[in-house]
Amino acid sequence: MTEIERHAYDVVVIGAGGAGLRAAIEARMQGKRTAIVCKSLFGKAHTVMAEGGIAASMGNVNSKDNWQVHFRDTMRGGKFLNHWRMAELHAKEAPDRVWELETYGALFDRTKDGRISQRNFGGHEYPRLAHVGDRTGLEMIRTLQQKVVSLQQEDLRTHRDGEAMIRVFAECTVTELLKDTTGGDQGRISGAVGYLRENGTFVVFEAPTVILATGGIGKSFKVTSNSWEYTGDGHALAMKAGATLLNMEFVQFHPTGMVWPPSVKGILVTESVRGDGGVLRNSEGKRFMFDYVPAVFRKQYAETEEEADRWYDDPSNNRRPPELLPRDEVARAINSEVKAGRNSPAGGVFLDIASRLPADAIRKKLPSMYHQFKELADVDITAEPMEVGPTCHYVMGGVEVDPDTAAAVVPGLFAAGEVAGGMHGSNRLGGNSLSDLLVFGRRAGLAASAYVDGLGASRPAVSDRDVEAAHRSAVALFDGDGGENPYALHAELQQTMNDLVGIIRKAEEMQSALDRLDALKARARNITVQGDQRFNPGWHLALDLSNMLIVSECVARSALVREESRGGHTRDDFPTMSPEWRKVNLICRPDGDGVAVERKPLPVMPPELLALFERDELNKYMTDDEISTLPEATA
Amino acid sequence: MGYNARFKVWRGDDTDGELEDFTVEVNEGEVVLDIIHRLQATAAPDLAVRWNCKAGKCGSCSAEINGMPRLLCMTRMSTFGESDVVTVTPLRTFPVIKDLVTDVSFNYAKAREVPSFAPPADLAPGEYRMAQVDVERSQEFRKCIECFLCQDTCHVIRDHDDNKPAFAGPRFFIRLAELDMHPLDTLDRKREAQQHHGLGMCNITKCCTEVCPEHIKITDNAIIPMKERVVDTQYDPVVWLGNKIPRRASAAANRALDAGDASAAEQHARARLRDKPTDRSALRALEVALSAQGRFAEAADVTRVQLAEAGRGNSNRRAALAAHAWVMLCAVEAGQLDLENCEEEIASTLQQAQRLASTGTVLAGSHALHNLVHGRLAEAVEQGRETLHWDRPPQTRADDLLTLSEALAGLGEDGESASAMSESLTLWPDNPRLSSARSNLRETGVG
Ligand SMILES: Cc1cc2nc3c(=O)[nH]c(=O)nc-3n(C[C@H](O)[C@H](O)[C@H](O)COP(=O)(O)OP(=O)(O)OC[C@H]3O[C@@H](n4cnc5c(N)ncnc54)[C@H](O)[C@@H]3O)c2cc1C
Ligand code: SF4
Ligand code: SF4
Ligand code: FES
Repeated sequence: MTEIERHAYDVVVIGAGGAGLRAAIEARMQGKRTAIVCKSLFGKAHTVMAEGGIAASMGNVNSKDNWQVHFRDTMRGGKFLNHWRMAELHAKEAPDRVWELETYGALFDRTKDGRISQRNFGGHEYPRLAHVGDRTGLEMIRTLQQKVVSLQQEDLRTHRDGEAMIRVFAECTVTELLKDTTGGDQGRISGAVGYLRENGTFVVFEAPTVILATGGIGKSFKVTSNSWEYTGDGHALAMKAGATLLNMEFVQFHPTGMVWPPSVKGILVTESVRGDGGVLRNSEGKRFMFDYVPAVFRKQYAETEEEADRWYDDPSNNRRPPELLPRDEVARAINSEVKAGRNSPAGGVFLDIASRLPADAIRKKLPSMYHQFKELADVDITAEPMEVGPTCHYVMGGVEVDPDTAAAVVPGLFAAGEVAGGMHGSNRLGGNSLSDLLVFGRRAGLAASAYVDGLGASRPAVSDRDVEAAHRSAVALFDGDGGENPYALHAELQQTMNDLVGIIRKAEEMQSALDRLDALKARARNITVQGDQRFNPGWHLALDLSNMLIVSECVARSALVREESRGGHTRDDFPTMSPEWRKVNLICRPDGDGVAVERKPLPVMPPELLALFERDELNKYMTDDEISTLPEATA
Repeated sequence: MGYNARFKVWRGDDTDGELEDFTVEVNEGEVVLDIIHRLQATAAPDLAVRWNCKAGKCGSCSAEINGMPRLLCMTRMSTFGESDVVTVTPLRTFPVIKDLVTDVSFNYAKAREVPSFAPPADLAPGEYRMAQVDVERSQEFRKCIECFLCQDTCHVIRDHDDNKPAFAGPRFFIRLAELDMHPLDTLDRKREAQQHHGLGMCNITKCCTEVCPEHIKITDNAIIPMKERVVDTQYDPVVWLGNKIPRRASAAANRALDAGDASAAEQHARARLRDKPTDRSALRALEVALSAQGRFAEAADVTRVQLAEAGRGNSNRRAALAAHAWVMLCAVEAGQLDLENCEEEIASTLQQAQRLASTGTVLAGSHALHNLVHGRLAEAVEQGRETLHWDRPPQTRADDLLTLSEALAGLGEDGESASAMSESLTLWPDNPRLSSARSNLRETGVG
């Protein structure tokens, strides 16, 4: 066997974003020997990009806020498809997790009386997002990173080795999870195999537990706000290990990403541009959002430009401008305008703030947007409109987990953060991801530690044959002579997902996407990688590509099955929300070379939580049968 | 639109390497990282480079472009002429791994040598109280994206590997300064910086500040203040002891404030200021204590000292300017200061604050009150309404509503005035401005 580094741990956490770091901190605090494995340098995980804030009902700005209100907002945002128990735990525990960050050294913006300041955000009833300017994710990553370092300093004092109890394996990509053959038909987790990006050396982690915290899947789409790390590795690793994925059809598209120049396409344009008066226009100069107000929102949104414009100064006597409809509505509208050929030169629509506010006011109110467009697009947003279009932002679907323990169906496997499913239902509210990472990261760390304690002497064993097989399949890419270029295949995959499984979906298009994915899968077998195993991006991409193909198939297949429109899943051929479908979770599991989709009932919310909603509201989501079984108290 | 650019990219490893020539297509709007990606997709699939966010947020894509330490993703091709040769090389201060990727583990080792944040042991989570002005100084340093460009450019280690063991570098000087200025950190960071991290080896060339993509004023706001204060704590043990012990007095003042006892807070703060007249925390506590008692004119004397002590950091200065303008305005409103005598100071303070504020709305409440005390009611109403669109802490909002209410009353808009007043009262029933505001309102027949 070729030279392979071996390490033994109690808990291996894959991912060093908010979820992974919080999980690792917890496992180490439970006395477990913990490894953190991540694809990038320590402190660079995708969480670093989060801007707006972290949602927690601390009630610092409005004391009426509490976990029940947060829970209600989260369920509404997810259109009642969330796992109620996850939403409950999340709402209850988020404040403690934020306060804990302060004890690690985080410096949030403050209220006048010195508490953590909280800001308003879409879908949240009260000001709820703890924040640091527009760089909250950076603060979170740095804080957790520094907490890990402080634990290492402790260990240096007690064990004379800073890495005795918690060690970071940066720039190490996991390609395969390992299992033993005991513990029932599933087999139990026994470790993971990966390679060091720097030199291509393979590493085996022998460990009874693996916590997946690998983030999202956005790099399968052409236009995305996500970084290169988002290749769905954790989703694919889970599937390959026999775990299940939940509701993969739900992908959030943010309505306003940059579209020009091509090199920055997808980078986020903050919602505040519209909040401050920015309007959307098509190539004919028409303010088109007025044509896209759905019936359910008619009452709250203005019908004329005059009324909409008056709202900014006099919100109590006028209705909101339709540019401020929920994200999914705006994204769909922009998409329709572009499809109808009324697009801007770069294929988006115009977001105009220049004609709405004096130049000075724009620079004052939107400094970072002014800066972003000036630096990256050479566009002066005080003088000309921006071009914007929807951008793939977040995946609600993910590994199916137990709400309290974050355990997947495979013994020893856990998942937390964006890679886990269920928490956000069909649509995530802004700010609810960062809190999700902390709440369920911690829970995963706790549960993995308890699982290790429960093992006693019966630790699962790593099979050398599996390790060698994982190694062989990864390096086989160097032997291929099929001549396919991984960069070209990736570009085709992104185009396919963008065009055919994007914001608006149709059965025929998804079917043709699946056909193309099949073809891409076949071509991926003919990839030829040039160069050697040392820091070789072509090779890395080829390996990531196999994960993107699995995950893309899950998205496309689930999307084809769910015949309704809800949150981050819009069917042109089934344009409405269906109470019957609300009762259904779609589960992806591996099936030979491909993916099978099954239906499973959505767990039923207990009466005390149902009682938090008005009967009127539940009527919009539930079937008549469900309504008739509600206890009287909810009426 | 596109053109072909000539690139020289360093390729090789820790043993050997050379600049390789490429001619590569460039399209409008592209950054250097786009060109590197194009090279990977076409001519050099195994060309090694680090990147993540491609938006200047993660600090992964550091390299040297024509010899300048830069982020590849934030360097636009339009900054070069079409005939220029663009040379991209790895960071020089760190060992090369392959091509543009260097071994930056030096920085992670240094990070582990800085003792971690050490809060008071008896402070429970959720009970941290810190004023915005006090956290802003450290927040500037926490903007750091760890691109290590400052480390790369610093001549102390750039071509001097032998200095590396003793020198932490600018990135970690700001980390130490951040902890030093953290309102709740309990360790002595200045001595630490001098004794264990080589602060003394820095001779303030400011090269680090120049390359920082986050525009952190590394030298002015972190290194120089640390050096200055190291001087007095380092060589004068009496000063050093004195600094540590009476600090408790300002802590006591802050505790009294938390408990709502303004006069006790005032006494503790004054006790501390007798020992150290410029103690930031005590000054702040005194200002709040005096304002809480409605003694705005005296508070203005305190904010004037704070302003003088605020140093050159933008965020500190802005906060100090804003606070000073605000208490002066409250003093005028309450009849404790004469508008004519201090208008010049108020106007110039406000103007300077506005220049440093990142958004105009930050100061809208002050502008509204300024207009109000001048009797420019319509302007005050307009600005007062604007403030209400913004998500502000309850007491700020209460203040803004109060100003709006007074201005509206002056214009005879009694209904709206009364409702603004009642919301203000709910948010902050103990607002010390209320007595003067109420009497103003009574004059106009509303209060
Ligand atoms: C521009 C932008 C702004 C956002 N703003 C907000 C906001 O304001 N509020 C909010 O709540 N949410 C926001 N989000 C969403 C939020 O940032 C993410 O959902 C969240 O950070 C995901 O965190 P995570 O811990 O799950 O994973 P990540 O932080 O993405 O970390 C994933 C980790 O897994 C590692 N990894 C992946 N695959 C492998 C592998 N095969 N082997 C080893 N390691 C691997 C990576 O290296 C990385 O360390 C925003 C998202 C974007 C794109
Ligand atoms: S100012 Fe000091 S730390 Fe900064 S580059 Fe110069 S010598 Fe280095
Ligand atoms: S201080 Fe500035 S230059 Fe130095 S690492 Fe941080 S962001 Fe980079
Ligand atoms: S890629 Fe993140 S800073 Fe350049």
